[in-house]
Amino acid sequence: MTEPSYEVSLSVNGVPLTANVPARRLLSDTLRHELGQTGTHVGCEHGVCGACTVLLDGQPVRSCLLFAVTVDGQAVTTMEGCRAPDGALGPVQRAFMECHGLQCGFCTPGFVTTVTAFLRDNPAPTEDEAREAIGGNLCRCTGYQNIVASVLRAAEILREESP
Amino acid sequence: MKPPVFDYHRPVSVAEAVAMLAAAAERGGAKVLAGGQSLVPILNMRLAAPAALVDINRLAEELAFIEVGPDRVRVGALTRHAQTEASPIAFAALPLLRQATRQVAHPTIRNRGTTLGSIVHADPAGELPAVLLVLDGEVELASATGTRVVPAAEFFLGPLESAVRPDELAVAASFAIPPGRTGTAFVEVSRRAGDYALCGLGLVVRLGEDDRICSARAAYISVAGTPVLVDLTDAVGGQPPDGADWASAAVLAQAAVDPEADIHATADYRRHLVGVLTGRAGRAAAAATVLVGQS
Amino acid sequence: MTTLDAPARPTPPESVPVSPAAGPFGSAVLRKEDLRLAAGDGRYLDDLGQNALAAAFLRSPHAHARIVDIDITGALDVPGLVAIYTYDDLDGRVAQALPLLIPHPALHAPRTGYPLANQVVHHVGEAVAMVVAADRYAAEDAVERIRVSWESLPAVVGLNAARAAEHAVHPDVPDNVAAHLVQSVGDAPAAIDAAPYTVDLELYVERSASMPLEGKGVYARWDSDDRSLRVYSSTQTSTSLRFALAAKLAIPVDRVEVITPDVGGGFGVKIMHPWPEEVLVPWAAIRLRREVKWVEDRREHFISAAHERAQQHTVRVGFDGDGRVLGLDVRFLHDNGAYTPYGIIVPIISSTQLLGPYKLGAYRVEFHSLYTNTVIVTPYRGAGRAHGCFVMERVMDAVADHVGLDRAVVRANNMIQPDEMPFDQGLIFQDGRPLIYDTGDFPLSLRKALDLVDWKGFAAVRDEAQAQGRRVGIGLATYVEGTGVGPYEGAHVRVETTGDVVVSTGLTTQGQGHQTVFAQIAAQELGVGLERVSVTTGDTRRFAYGVGTFASRAAVMSGNAVAIAARMVRAKALRLAATALAAAESELSIADGVIRVRGFDQDGPHIALATVAVLANPLRYAFDEEAQRATQFATAASDGPPVPEGDEPGLEATGWYSPIRSTFANGVHAAVVETDPETAEITVLRYCVVHDCGTVINPMIVEGQVHGGVAQGIGGALYERIVYDESGQLVNASFMDFLMPYASEVPRVETDHVTSPSPLNPLGVKGVGEAGIIPGHAVIASAVEDAEGFRIDRMPISPSELFELRRRHARGEVPSLRRTQSDPQSDPQPDPQSDPQEGTP
Repeated sequence: MTEPSYEVSLSVNGVPLTANVPARRLLSDTLRHELGQTGTHVGCEHGVCGACTVLLDGQPVRSCLLFAVTVDGQAVTTMEGCRAPDGALGPVQRAFMECHGLQCGFCTPGFVTTVTAFLRDNPAPTEDEAREAIGGNLCRCTGYQNIVASVLRAAEILREESP
Repeated sequence: MKPPVFDYHRPVSVAEAVAMLAAAAERGGAKVLAGGQSLVPILNMRLAAPAALVDINRLAEELAFIEVGPDRVRVGALTRHAQTEASPIAFAALPLLRQATRQVAHPTIRNRGTTLGSIVHADPAGELPAVLLVLDGEVELASATGTRVVPAAEFFLGPLESAVRPDELAVAASFAIPPGRTGTAFVEVSRRAGDYALCGLGLVVRLGEDDRICSARAAYISVAGTPVLVDLTDAVGGQPPDGADWASAAVLAQAAVDPEADIHATADYRRHLVGVLTGRAGRAAAAATVLVGQS
Repeated sequence: MTTLDAPARPTPPESVPVSPAAGPFGSAVLRKEDLRLAAGDGRYLDDLGQNALAAAFLRSPHAHARIVDIDITGALDVPGLVAIYTYDDLDGRVAQALPLLIPHPALHAPRTGYPLANQVVHHVGEAVAMVVAADRYAAEDAVERIRVSWESLPAVVGLNAARAAEHAVHPDVPDNVAAHLVQSVGDAPAAIDAAPYTVDLELYVERSASMPLEGKGVYARWDSDDRSLRVYSSTQTSTSLRFALAAKLAIPVDRVEVITPDVGGGFGVKIMHPWPEEVLVPWAAIRLRREVKWVEDRREHFISAAHERAQQHTVRVGFDGDGRVLGLDVRFLHDNGAYTPYGIIVPIISSTQLLGPYKLGAYRVEFHSLYTNTVIVTPYRGAGRAHGCFVMERVMDAVADHVGLDRAVVRANNMIQPDEMPFDQGLIFQDGRPLIYDTGDFPLSLRKALDLVDWKGFAAVRDEAQAQGRRVGIGLATYVEGTGVGPYEGAHVRVETTGDVVVSTGLTTQGQGHQTVFAQIAAQELGVGLERVSVTTGDTRRFAYGVGTFASRAAVMSGNAVAIAARMVRAKALRLAATALAAAESELSIADGVIRVRGFDQDGPHIALATVAVLANPLRYAFDEEAQRATQFATAASDGPPVPEGDEPGLEATGWYSPIRSTFANGVHAAVVETDPETAEITVLRYCVVHDCGTVINPMIVEGQVHGGVAQGIGGALYERIVYDESGQLVNASFMDFLMPYASEVPRVETDHVTSPSPLNPLGVKGVGEAGIIPGHAVIASAVEDAEGFRIDRMPISPSELFELRRRHARGEVPSLRRTQSDPQSDPQPDPQSDPQEGTP
């Protein structure tokens, strides 16, 4: 009566990883537990809060609404993948720190991945565009003002650091 | 909130998918997993426990497409909301698709959820079912025994209930391109940005050769168990697009709906919004009347 | 070599001057914890215990029912199942009712629940059985297969039903009244009767909830070698939880450690303890000799954590022609849910904080706290202040409207003046101490808020909006917030032989930046770089005495304790350095971790704090090169004991701060809202905050706290409500239907501040954690009312509700405001609804 397990291969932040999980194992749980990437957080498991947002082949998705088996073979970028190559804060993460865009830090991974993808496609947003870009993620601590500032600062940092 | 056990199938072709559905139908039924943005929350909350899931996410080659023909736009089952929204050819032919899709939840949800999935899910607050209705849409259903096409008017049976049979896979939806000069709008009111609409509508207005309104139709959401199609032509037909009597259209629409109350809105408020939004959508659509083919 | 006169025991040296403000105190330094948290390297509860068994709970689907039978047989063959427990399995004190944390004489009928329901359930969500399994998926599978038969009992839902008491939540409390308390100053009813004018108001605030993004969680490890228990909990009080668990599980306190990991928000809901799960998970871990972890999911949080708000107020106010309140009589009903483990703190705070910055002629407040078959009510950010503020500020607006004066003028007329401070309101506050406002310049706060929002200029804004067919309104609300409530907090500061400074304190952190703020204090006091200081909070292994993080108390309590401890360390360091440098203590200063003699340049006599730390611990054995300096033959010879009497080894100290009473912060909010004339949608166009939290340690963090509070205030005013149906089912137990604001719903917050240091603590700080939320309901109601022209007396308000109110107003069922000429921001009466849809069937 034990459920069958499936071998799921994912490229997680550029590293090929494999997990053996039942079909119903959510991607959020697979990342956090089987694959040891606890940077992705789980806030609601019904797709509303956005804390679990990761990039799937570069596009933000709710990892709590995906089964790992469904995305077998695809590339996932998590909060950890938004760090600098040496493990220090990446540009978006640094912007959040500089702008006090996080307090408890629980929602932050969902914002960072979302903003990373957003700025890649929209490198010079207005304040309104920045606020709209973060409009699908809940934060209970910051009131969003400093997160909007973080988006704009991240755009600045990326511009400063681009070759 | 973890989902219950299910048998998992991941077909690599539509043929395989419908065969799996047929087999599953005899063993307690299966749900189709495409975008999952509606299905997985239901599973996580254990509000449903299908015996099997048929995951069609490998069928992109066959099912992820947007085809624009002379009369219809056809969207495949694995076309994500984000793709429909962004598609320049879809927008050129049917701006209403983008206008409506933009209102679906938030961009992250739209990256995964599918246009067809929204239609099949048949949520009374769903934008895409209304678009299917107001654009004389059709849904193509495949099964092991063949395919059939169900027109929009027969597709939505009740809240969260569509005409798709347990052994069928919705493979595409098509939307008619209204002939002549057409303007569309999708307007809704929700509590927070991205929430389910308290009330909304997709409206299509057509101008005749006399530059006057020859047809106005709207499909309303969140005012009944299924989207409600209302022909508003009696109220605004024959009138110039700027200055049409949308107030009368509003009254017409209000008489056609029977909204319910819930924790977010009273029935009277919803009905009131039907009136207000008919006017707003009508004016916006009239202002947007364009000649098809100019883009 | 002289032995300086050391004090008999280390005492807080108030006389030692603090380094000049060339340190991090008061600066917007970036947060140290962000190096971890912004990198995704936080350690929240579910990140721990990756090999632990998982617990899940069967929770009551009924609001009130007797458990007839629990049949677990269907669950026994679920793969991965380890154990199932019901009440009958509980033993010892675990089988007893959960504790009543805060008794009070007025709480005459307290009731608490059991960790697992004992025969009867009293709310949907109450835990009935615990399953432990290999993982959460399996545990939920097992929960689903447990069959419970119930005998349904009548459910009491809502204040009206509770008060009518046709049915009782607890059979031995037939009137559903848990507590009844009257407080008064003067004779309010008489004053009202004698007053030239009176107004009556019925006000209502609906239930909401803290709703942190991370739910509760408990992870327990029993070490059978050590016979010790380690519990991690996403709590706001590890020190108190430790005592509670030691008592419940009958384990000696020194064999129990409770550690608070990184916490994804608390906002009050995690101060309640011990939750049933906090008792049961360790209990199971001990029985099973396995690690057990429980991670609350969102649905569980809705139906089994805690809610707050929900009060119904009947108010009578008597006033004069200047709007001065001569008497205020408030009677309210408070919904405390099914049990009262946290006592009646929330309604007590409502009763006392209601007064705000005003001096009333006479005041009487009476409340009944009532049982309902719903989730328990324990503090949520504001903890009763928001309700009190709502009442007082609605009164102010109503009074202003009645006498035809500007709403700001009436408030100013009632305000306590700066020269009247400290001001004794004549009541007992939630800390059991007199409600005495220490410092604050309320009129100044008000003036600044009026300037910030351009109160005087609003008439022009309104006119311009009207010309465009838009409808806008402006609102105002003031508050006073008791912060820094005792009984105490402590802190330990130690300078390591590396020169690093290690700080620990008992209370906890949920995002307030304590690892930075407390480091700023210690760094400033000790003269070391901020980067040398590390701070641990909420870990009983490191600091065992404390109370917890709530009531905006952490900066006041632990901040001062850190300062006191750091000053003690500094004093000791200077004393030892004075000996080592053969200088007088008064000639020494510390900067960048080096003690120097004043008047010399860089090459003058100096000693590193690190070295002093070495010297402070006379050693027999040197463990590294540095330590060699402290060994018995390396130090100068002396006849006295190496550790002088009354002294201790190490360059460290423990400091305590225990206040004589709370210190009072204050603020004023002003908001401009727009209401859509057709759809009745409500948008906050501007939100202005003036706040006074005394001395500011980190302005960036203070601002962040205000922003977050404001978002929750707007959420509570316009979006959030917990909805129960009559049978006690929670109708909106998900984020789809419980509406917390996204970025699209929260405007930019404009802030200004006033600084009235507190005289009650060495740093002069006051709390600010709840400042942002307290006037939320009040200011938005004030603004919507101003936009619409009729009274708003229930919050939250949705577009649908505003629409219905407009209709009732048009029918004459809701009276219009009487704005007069003398009110600079008065506007003509709004046009009657000209909606063509009116009256359509």
